[in-house]
This record gives sequence, structure tokens and C-alpha cells, in this order.
Amino acid sequence: MSLSTRAPAETAAVDTPAITLRGLRKTFGDVVAVDAVDLDIADGEFFSMLGPSGSGKTTVLRLIAGFEQATAGTVRLGGTDVTRSAPFERDVHTVFQDYALFPHMSVLDNVAYGLRVRGLKKAERRDRAQQALETVRLGHLGARRPAQLSGGQRQRVALARAIVLQPRVLLLDEPLGALDLKLREQMQVELKQLQRELGITFVFVTHDQEEALTLSDRIAVFDAGRIQQLGTPREIYENPASAYVAGFVGTTNLFDAATSQRILGVAGEHAVRPERLRLSPGSDTETPRADEVRLDAVVVETIYLGTGNRVHLRTSEGVDLVALEQSTGSLDTREHRGDDVTVRFARADVVPLASGS
Amino acid sequence: MTLSPLSRKVLAGLTFGVLALIYLPLLVVVANSVNPSQSMTWPPRGVTFDWWERAAHSSGVREALVTSLQVAAIATLFALVLGTLLALALQRYSFFGKSSVNLLVILPIALPGVVTGIALNNGFKGILGVDLSIWTIVIAHATFCIVTVFNNVQARLRRLGTSLEEASSDLGAGVLTTFRLVTLPQLRSALLAGGMLAFALSFDEIIVTTFTAGNGANTLPIWILNNMFRPNQAPVVNVVAVVLIVFSILPVWLAQRLSSDVEAAR
Repeated sequence: MSLSTRAPAETAAVDTPAITLRGLRKTFGDVVAVDAVDLDIADGEFFSMLGPSGSGKTTVLRLIAGFEQATAGTVRLGGTDVTRSAPFERDVHTVFQDYALFPHMSVLDNVAYGLRVRGLKKAERRDRAQQALETVRLGHLGARRPAQLSGGQRQRVALARAIVLQPRVLLLDEPLGALDLKLREQMQVELKQLQRELGITFVFVTHDQEEALTLSDRIAVFDAGRIQQLGTPREIYENPASAYVAGFVGTTNLFDAATSQRILGVAGEHAVRPERLRLSPGSDTETPRADEVRLDAVVVETIYLGTGNRVHLRTSEGVDLVALEQSTGSLDTREHRGDDVTVRFARADVVPLASGS
Repeated sequence: MTLSPLSRKVLAGLTFGVLALIYLPLLVVVANSVNPSQSMTWPPRGVTFDWWERAAHSSGVREALVTSLQVAAIATLFALVLGTLLALALQRYSFFGKSSVNLLVILPIALPGVVTGIALNNGFKGILGVDLSIWTIVIAHATFCIVTVFNNVQARLRRLGTSLEEASSDLGAGVLTTFRLVTLPQLRSALLAGGMLAFALSFDEIIVTTFTAGNGANTLPIWILNNMFRPNQAPVVNVVAVVLIVFSILPVWLAQRLSSDVEAAR
């Protein structure tokens, strides 16, 4: 019973993070999966860990859940050190990538499982499980077996099974990975709403940068077991800290040091987002303004995206560029392969990148 | 790969021949158990259940049957508990000497029965100084019964993966609760299949049994061996053989159906 009611927030210090990771390291044999991860995740935050497979993001999640034991470093939940605690001793619950529903139990029994092992009376746990199922709009399917549900429905059962316990933190391991696009977009909205309603901390692991950008309060971009950048979606997108982050989050035009020097006249690596590039037909003879960069280019390929065009260009210096043009609704002046165009972008939109990563 | 009509016929003939070679003698045994002729003249002239009645009334047969059932049941029970524990240890945990343990567990099924029999006989009588009894047979049978349970359970655990157990643990269940509520229900058909195979193995075992059976503790196969060459017992031997066939084949057939059902349901 004591586990089912959460300690009031006042008892914890006001700004104690929901999750604190310090110097977290995990090795499997010779392979370093997670290295030197320091992270504070605030109470009630929608936090995403973004990275390609093998970047260590899932291992960090498993270290928080307790499925893996840290090689070094500490995991604290609400200020309490749980580094050596078993998963069943931690007030976090997980929505698994493959849902991990118990196939021999009904949907309702699946959702009631956590309440059952806590020794709640049958009537009460059925009520609360039913309520949780209503929350994910599956109240009518409690008697079914997991095998009789669609992928999206299983996903919701897994969600209900975790939130029925009112955890402080919910861990989600690529929960939408197995769903088709339409369902995924719908579930993204529902997840966000659910998180806002319940006010619990979500730690969301994904390799889908768009998903991370749209859902999160903050994102940690992982690569090679380390956090490459930590920030709000806007910071990550507008000011990528490294060529890696710029390349992984969204498409971008990357200029290595030599190219930057040649066409921008500045030292170091730089990046410009494709939607910052403005195109106009023909060569321009005006002298460029001091606050903008102007390049002559040829259209290599134009790809129609529905919402606009993606235009692949090659400048007269031989640099490949990508530009995104939004569809304006009026007659679009669509560039054709081989057309000469002038490319302009503001110097303010050129993001300097930290070198060496 | 398509076969020519000729090779199809040849292969079909070969298959039929081999199967006939295996099963025709068994059919003869079944037929002879109802053959009215004491000397089993062939072909049988009529059908009689006299021998079945005689077998049913023979105290030697009844005692041997009870002993066999007891031994098989208890050995299977031991095998179920120990085999499952071993499979869990080897599939879910890593420890020093893991692969050696794995090999040592499977070895008894490959060891010649004579060797196991003599070794256990020496071990019981010479080293431990215990008298041979029904319990020494049980222990001897358990050594190879464990293997079938272990193999079945280990294969199931491997296919099951760890995510269900992790989910259970994540939701607050301790190790024992997780085993009871999640792992065990998933193992049920594997345990049934492994257990029935173990039962069948034990029920018709003879070599190891001859070395580990004490005076008065006769199993059904031993009874057959002892009575085979007594002319007046020959028809009853046939009856006992049929009983043995049924008790051995039925569990194997059930076990096979069970595993294929589970396969199909996945």
C-alpha cells in the first residue's frame, strides 16, 4: 500500500532532479557501451536520449531501470542512490521496445500485474487496472490476450501497465519503433498529452531525430557511449555543437575547415541548415551585402516533397549544397536540373562547430 | 530440389522397408500377446485374452509394474526440479565453469549404460556403503532423466529471452515471484514434454537398472529379461512387452505433439 502512494513533492528539496547520473560507465568485456555520462533530468521533464543504435542510449536507460549494473559511477533517483539496487526496488517503470506483455495473462491482468505483486486486493487492483486501461482508451479490451491485439494496442497496454503504478519516472525504450508512420504520429501526440496530464518524468529513447525534436523538453544526443550535446530541441537544431550532432539531427550543409575558409572566409568547421538558403534564378552581379554570403550554383537535382522542394546544388567552387524551399501555394518557381541559380544565406545562420568530434 | 520419378520410388521403398523392419516385429509382439498358441505358432489361430488375464494375476508382473511406475515417476520428479534449476542457472546467470557444467549435465545420456551402471554400483556399494534398493534405481535413472528436462527447458528459456522477466522485475516482482508468475507458466509445456520423455526413458531402461536394482526390486524390463527364456512364461512376456510399448510410446508421442502445438502457436 505504501508503494502506491507517492511521497508529496514538498518532502524532497525543490530542485532535486528526478534522475541524477554521475560519471556513469558501463563496459561489456572490452566494449565501452557508456562512458563518463553526467546528467540531471528534472522532475516532470520530457527528456529524450537520441542517437544511432550502439550509441549507448539504451544502455543508459537500462542502467537507470536497473537491468544492468554500472561498471562505475552512480545512479540517483530523487536524490536516493540506487546504483546497486535491483529493478524491483526502484520507483521507475519501463515501456519496452517489444512491449514484453505477459502472453499467458489477459490484458487486464497484465496491467494489474504490478499491483498484484504489491499485494493489493483483487477488487482494488482490477479497478485501478481498468482505470489505467481507460486512460489509454482500451477499457473495452481487458479480457483479451495480448496476442489478439494490434501493435498499437499492445503499445498502449504496455503504457497502461507502467502508469498504473504511478511511478516517479517512466522509461520508454523506442516505444514507437514498431508502429507504422500514421500510428506513430498519433501515439506521439498521445504520449505528450499523457505526460502533461500525469506530470511524471519521461525518459524517452529514440533514434528518430524528428520524434525527439517534436516531443522533448530537452534532448541528449548520444554517440560512442557519450553525450555529444545536451539542450532544448531548438538549441540542438539551431546550434549543433559538433559536426556529428549537426549531421545526425536534421539535414545540414557542413563545411569543413578548408571550405569554410574559402567560401565563408572564416576558420574552423561550420554548418548551415538547408531551409536558411535562399535561391534566386540566374547569376547575380550585385555586390553581396556584408551580412550575407552569396554563391553561384547549378541545380543538380530537385526533389518534390509535397510541402516544398529539396534542391541539390553545386557551387561554382565545387561545393555540394542542399536547400529546402517551402511551398508558398502560389505558382512555384521550381528550379530545374542544370539551371543557374544564386544562393544566399545570412552570416548569422552560419553555425560554428566545435572541432575534433 | 525435384526428384526424378524413379528416385522417388526408390526412396519411398527404402523408407517403407526401414519402417517395416522397425515396426513389424513390434506388431508381431502385439499379435502374439493374443495368440492362443503357447508356442506362438504363426499365423495365430484366433484371439485370446488368457495371457493378459494371467499377466494381470501374476504377482511378479504386478509388482514389477508398480516398481517401474514408482521409479519412473520419482526419477521424473527429481529430473523436473533439478533439470529446471540447472537450465535456469546456465541460461540466466554466468559463473565460473559454466560450460563445463553444461557438458557434465548432458554427458550421462551419451555415456554407455554399462559404464554408468558399473560406476553407480561401485559408488553405492563400495564408496557410500548403501544397499541397492528402489532408491538406488531412482537415483541412477535421474542421472539421464535430468538431461531431457534440462534440454527442453533450456531451449525454451533461450527462445523466451529475458524481456518478460525484466518486465516483471521492473514492475516490482522479486526473483521468486517472477519465477512463479511469469517464467514457470511459460515453461509449462516444455516441462510436460521433458517430463514425459524422462518418464519413458526411465520406464524401459534396463542396462543401468540391472546394476543398481536391489534384491526384490524388479522393474518391468528386468522381469522380462528374467522370464524371457522360460517356455511357460513366454506368452505373458509378450503381454508385458505390449504394456511396456504403450507406456513408452504414449508419453513420447504426447511430448512431440505438445512441442509441435507450442511451435505452431507461436
